[in-house]
Parts: sequence; structure tokens; C-alpha cells
Amino acid sequence: MSELIDIAARVVGWAQRGEQVEAFVVHANESEIRAYEGEVESLTSAESRGIGVRVVADGRQGYAYAGTLDEGALAETLREARDNATFAEPDEFNGVAEPDGHTPAELDLFDPTMASFSTDAKVALAIELERATRAADPRISGIESAEYVDTVFESAVATTTGIASTTRETGCYLSAYSLAENGDETQTGFGFSIGRGPSALDPAKAAADAAERATRLLGAVKPETGRVTVVLDPWVTAQMLQIIGHTLTGDAIQRGRSLFVDRLGDAVAVPAFTLIDDATDAEAFTASMVDGEGLATRPTPLIADGVLQGFLHNSYSARRGGTRSTGSAVRGGFKGAPGVGAQALALRPGTATQTELIAGIDDGLLVQGVSGLHSGVNPVSGDFSTGAEGLRIRHGEIAEPVREFTIASTIQRLLLDIQGVGSDLEWLPMSAAGVSLVVADVMMSGV
Amino acid sequence: MLDHELVNRTLGTALRTGGEFAEVFVEDKRSTSATLDDGRVEELTSGRDRGAGIRVVVGDTTGFAHTADLSESGLATAATAAAAAARGGGGGVKEVAVRPSAGPAPRPVRISPEDVAKATKVELLSLADAAARGESASITQVSARYGDSRRRILVANSDGLLAEDDQVRTLFSVSCVATGDTGLQTGRESTGRTVGFELFDDADVEAMARRAAGRAITKLAARPAPSGAMPVVVGPGGGGVLFHEACGHGLEADLVAKSASVFAGRVGETVATPLVTLIDDGTMAGEWGHFTIDDEGRPAGHNVLIQDGVLTDYMWDHLRARKEGRPSSGNGRRQSYQHLPMVRMTNTFISNGTDEPDDIVGSTESGVYVAQLGGGQVNTATGDFVFGMTEAYLIENGEITEPIREGNLIGNGPEVLTRIDALGNDFSMGSPGTCGKDGQGVPVGDGTPTLRVTSLTIGGTAA
Repeated sequence: MSELIDIAARVVGWAQRGEQVEAFVVHANESEIRAYEGEVESLTSAESRGIGVRVVADGRQGYAYAGTLDEGALAETLREARDNATFAEPDEFNGVAEPDGHTPAELDLFDPTMASFSTDAKVALAIELERATRAADPRISGIESAEYVDTVFESAVATTTGIASTTRETGCYLSAYSLAENGDETQTGFGFSIGRGPSALDPAKAAADAAERATRLLGAVKPETGRVTVVLDPWVTAQMLQIIGHTLTGDAIQRGRSLFVDRLGDAVAVPAFTLIDDATDAEAFTASMVDGEGLATRPTPLIADGVLQGFLHNSYSARRGGTRSTGSAVRGGFKGAPGVGAQALALRPGTATQTELIAGIDDGLLVQGVSGLHSGVNPVSGDFSTGAEGLRIRHGEIAEPVREFTIASTIQRLLLDIQGVGSDLEWLPMSAAGVSLVVADVMMSGV
Repeated sequence: MLDHELVNRTLGTALRTGGEFAEVFVEDKRSTSATLDDGRVEELTSGRDRGAGIRVVVGDTTGFAHTADLSESGLATAATAAAAAARGGGGGVKEVAVRPSAGPAPRPVRISPEDVAKATKVELLSLADAAARGESASITQVSARYGDSRRRILVANSDGLLAEDDQVRTLFSVSCVATGDTGLQTGRESTGRTVGFELFDDADVEAMARRAAGRAITKLAARPAPSGAMPVVVGPGGGGVLFHEACGHGLEADLVAKSASVFAGRVGETVATPLVTLIDDGTMAGEWGHFTIDDEGRPAGHNVLIQDGVLTDYMWDHLRARKEGRPSSGNGRRQSYQHLPMVRMTNTFISNGTDEPDDIVGSTESGVYVAQLGGGQVNTATGDFVFGMTEAYLIENGEITEPIREGNLIGNGPEVLTRIDALGNDFSMGSPGTCGKDGQGVPVGDGTPTLRVTSLTIGGTAA
């Protein structure tokens, strides 16, 4: 821990006059165990280290990284970043973060029991997950994957402006992909269980979900094309929120790449829609005390009662927008400079359960899963179209399963067509929480 | 890259506790990228990743460990960890003697990107920016990216194999945003090849920028995409990703072995119309998915997967091939030394047919013409796939007419293969892609001639 910040501080200490330097250092241990037919299919144990260095001089920014913390590599990486900076064009808003007086929230993200959790116990969990998934339903015909994964992650950020922050966290999950068969037909389903430490893991729940999701799609048909009211399952809502979060970054706004450009203060959603990004919520699996630039994370309201309140900022977009960072610098690892993004998005939950929401729909569709969202949403125009599978809703009740169709609308319309927000808020293994969401008038394309 | 005696000793350590197979994969990768956005060259990034991944197989269990420490002790530690992970049962010391294979030699590039000044790379970005903005005042944002990488690998295993490759790839892409009365629209163009800086002898970045700008501008006037099932004509090159998703993944032996593929157990059966010959070919020099040896040291292959509609073979890596007692097809790939290899595609394409492209469109009463596809996704167990259209038009009375806004296409792989009723003679490779599988990305290429699918579901918003 202190070793990482020492390394970062040492690199920063090599800064030359007139130069800003930021060093980001990571150390991660990961194990991954895949079970198949009651045996270990593969067991990976991995330890990785790396450093990313950002240099800003005369408004020019350069970046370099190395997948090692060898002494020689540190100096070479700094030199390379410095050289790279000379080829970039000056931008008055470039610079590393400045300390802003915010104190990081006290979050308990590190489970010390992870370190002593034995490989044998991990193997046993993976094998139990596979066994339980196969046993969950007689129609389960196979397992595509059943795995246990854990990570112990530490990082440190130091800058010439006086930032010196560290993070340390643990995480683990079980996930199963099952195959269900009925005659010639095959369907798939997934289930998972996630936590900061092994005591949070529940293989029975992951297995039951994987079996349930696959078997309830057996017999699915392609629906008729038409406009319907949909209920987005929490899993699907969370994926949509992640895309909306991307459009609410200062970066996307300033570069004219968001459907929310020039909409600050406008009613962009129904009054029931309140969206906040809050990495200090310890329930979120993506919770963190500091952002990618070493600033304290903090709750940031984005849309309140349907009105667009603000955007997410890292230090660059904040300077450019004449505002303060919201502690929303995110990194995809040490191989790139920090960008800006949502860390833990959640909607304010409503009061109705999913069952109650469904009971109010005469002709509709429960969307259980979507596919191809990454290619089907245009965050600039707001158009979206995604592959989907789920269950028809008829007269307030769940009816036949349907598959191989798309649902489409625009994000702008979707936010104004929301008719209900569920009470079933659930943190999922992504940078957003899920909740059931009822949306009217969505185009469903099938036969 | 690494002393051969040290490789031998590391393999010996990996096998000391009874492993049946051991492999050392060493990688040294340097990459450079530069981005332009908002009218400014924002940043240059360069990086180096160097390390070794070691796997040991005992029975059906694979143990894997990796290290960035390429010293004798670093490699020994990783070898021991991999062996422990595979839970070897103990046994005598095994001697391994590797020897350089008589396989294909790495293909040298003409201009190594390492020898090109950074200023020259950066200049390409500015040229693209100016060209895109010069196309129309409605172009309000341009971003461009230059990237190159040199990846040297060495693979040695306990069968005595030792092979090396030197893979250089160069990439350029441009994205534009056009602003009009109807809002914002985007257009993109990219090129990427397994070559050095000579890529730009053929690739005119200004022309690419103008094409990307043109796509965005065209879409400003686009109408919402239609909805429902209809005939779809896919333009040359544009359709490769369709076959990558629709059937390529289902032909990967690891998924087949777990019956997680609709094509499991169907070799010898007719799975497509006789028009369709599907090939995966890592030997296509210069293409984005090309290499000399795969990440298990096997020479790249030219593998015919479907011949005239009949399923002929799957794609294989070492592990699956070993179980079946057959050779690997050279499809064992991995993202980096930190990952286990698995069955992956290389350059996947449908070979030429005999129809004139104009006749294919002309004989389509009404439907959709897709000129460029975006990313896609498939459920290999059901064959259901989905992918985005990034440039598409209506076909009305046998003519390509109005542009339509993007939407997803959805279909089922095995069904699509039986619904191709026209295949053009204008084969072309498509855009460079990154294929994700189990969280690992690898560069892949794809291609097709113009073709027609009699019915696919378009996921638009118009009724």
C-alpha cells in the first residue's frame, strides 16, 4: 500500500521545472477458477502491476505506461510521457487535478478475509456453483461456464500539485451461464452473486437465477411487430442508465456529442425520474473513496424530478466548463489518462413492486435481457435499438416468452414515456443500480 | 526474445510436479496512439507490456500464471504457480528440449512505425480534421485516432515446439458529428492492417475523413428505420461482421465441445444455401486478423468452415484439438501474456458469388440496403444475433433510395445461412474489428461480397 504511493511520489519527484506530473500506480492480484463437469477446467492466478504517467508542460499533455514497476521502467515511462507531450497541441485547460478540500468518505471496501480464503475453498465454490446450476431444473442440459473470480486491488495517485491518495479494495463473484433444452430448442440464462468478500457469495442463488432465466425462455416465439408498453427488468434498466450516464458527462457535452447539449435546467424526463451518481454509496460494487485523479468522490445529482441539474466532471472538463470537478475522473486501468464518467448511478426508487407494475399493464412486455446495446445506441442522436428477449404481459399477468426481436425508441422519448419506477432498487455488477421501469409506446420489431 | 536454455529450464520446472503439457508464452508489446479531438491533437500515449504466461495441463485441468518478471527466478515462480494450479500429482523431473520450428518466418514490414517520427504520425490527424471540416459547415466535431503496435511473441511448449512472431499493426480512424435541424448524426471510417507505416501509401486519410463526414451529413436527412422482417441487401465488405457473429462464433470448437453452439455435431450436414462458402484465414497477408503463428505457436491456417453450404469443420486451438486427437487449425489466440488462449477467429469471410451487385439490388422490390454495419453480438447456443447498422438506405422498387437512421438488425445465424438467395462477385474486406470473447479482445478481419438475405428483422422506430 504505502509502497505504491512511494513509487508514485518518487516519479512525481522527478518532475522538471514548469512541468506537471501525475503518476498512477496499480497492483492487483486476481484468481479465476472455472468448473466444468465437477472438475476444475482452469485455474488462473495472476499478479499484475503497472504505472501510467501524465505530463503536462506548456499546456501540452503526454501519457505513457508500462506493465511493470521495475526501477528502470519508471524513469523511462516518465521520459516517454514527457517526449509525447511535446507533440500534442497546447490546451489551456490541460493539467492534473488540484486538491479541493473535499475529504474522502470512509468506506469499507476491503475485506481482509479475502487474503486468507484458500484456493481449495475457491475451487469448492466454483464446483458447487456448477453442480447446483445443473441440479436446479431437469431441463438444464449443460453449462457454458461456471466460475469464481476474485480481485485484490490497490492503487495510488500522486501529483506535483500535492495530491497523494491511495485506494484498496477487494471483490469477488460467482457467475454461471446455463443451457436449457426442450426438444430441439436451446435457451441460455445467467446468474451471479457478488460481494466484497467470500461470505457474501451465495452459489444457490446464482444457480437458481441461471436456471430460471434459461428455462423461462423455453418455448419462446418471435412476437408481432407493434408498439407496446414495456417493463424493463432492473438488469436492463441499469444498462440503459450506464448509457445515459455517458451522455451526462461534461466531456460529451463540451464536445457536442450528447443529446443533452443545451438542455441544462430543462425538463428532460417525467417528474418521477431522479438520477444521481454517488460512488460514496457503499452498497454499490463500484463504490470508491477517490476518483481516478485522486479527488474525493461525492454524490452528484444529474436529473432531479425530471429536470436536468448538472453534469459529471473531471478536472479537465471542470476547468473547461468553468466549474469544479465532481470527482468523476475514471480510468480504464493504467494504460490511459483519466476520462470522465459515472461511477455509481441510481434512480430514486418508487413504491410499487415489479409484480404490481405488471398488474397495471393490459398488453405489454417484460424485457428480461437485451443484446447489442453497445452497437445499438447512439449517445449523440439518442436513437437506440436493441435486441431483446422476455415475456409478454397480458391482462396484468406474465404470459408467453418471446425472443429474437428488437425494441427501439430514442433516449429523449424514453425518459418522457416513463410511467412507473419500481421499488426494487438493486445494485448490480456495473456502474449502475437497477430498478424496474415502465416505459410506454416502445417500438417492438419481430415478425 | 528469451534465451532458449532458460525456456527449457522453465518448461522443466512447470512439468516437475507431473504436468502433462506445459507452455511458455512470452510477449513484448510496444504501442503508440495519438488522438485528435475538438480540433486539437490532444495527447500521445505510448506504452510497453512485457511478460510471460505459463500454463500447465493435467488431465482436463489447466493451471495458468503470468509474470512481468522475465528473470530466471520470476519465470520459475510463475511456472511453479501454474503447476500448483493444475494440481500436478508429482513425478520425476522431465527434460524438455525445445528447438526452433521450421515453420513460417515472421513477415517483415516495409516501414517500421518505430522508425517514423511522432510528428509525422500527428500530422495525419490534422490532415483528417481539416478534410472532414472542409466537407461541410454542418460538420461540428471531428475526432481521429492513429495507432500502431509491435508485438513480438515467443511460444515454446513441452512438445518441443519453439516459434516466434513479430506482429506489426497500424490503424487509423475518423469519426464525425454533423449538426442539422434534425439533431446530431455521426459517421465513421477506419482502416487497419497488419503492416507498418506503409499503410498510408494506400490509405488516404483525407479521403477517409471525407467519407466519414459524408456518412454523418447523409444521415441528417435520414428517416427513422422501418420495423419488422424484410429483405436485406448487405453491401460488399459491410457484411463480414454478420457472419462473424451469425456463424463464426458458433464454429469455435470450445463452444461446440460444451454443446453451447447450434452447430455442434453437424459436420457434414447442409447448414447453408449452396451459395455459401465460409472461410477463416489467418494467412491473408496484411489483413487486420493476420499473423504468422497463433498465440500457441501454430502456423496460421486457411480453414474452410462451410463449403458450398455444407459444414466442413470447426476452428481449433491446442487444447480442444488435443482432446480430439487432431491438429490445431491455428486459431489459438489471446489478448496478452496475461490471458489463457482460446479458440478465436482471424479473418472470416464469405467468398465471391457470381451475381452482379446491381442485379441483386434491382431484383429487390422493397427492403433495406446496409452499406456499413457496426458492432454485433451473438448468443452461440441459440444462434440469435444482433448488430447495428451505421449506414443504411431503403430499397424501393429495386432502387436504393433514402438514407435511414441507425437501428439494430436481429436474426438467427443458422436461419440466415439458409436465407441467402443472392451472392455478388464484388468481394471486399470490411473494417478492422476487435472481437471480444470472455473479456478478451483480439484484432479480427472480415469480408463479403454483396449479398441478399430474404428476411431479417430491422429494429427501427417507424411502424
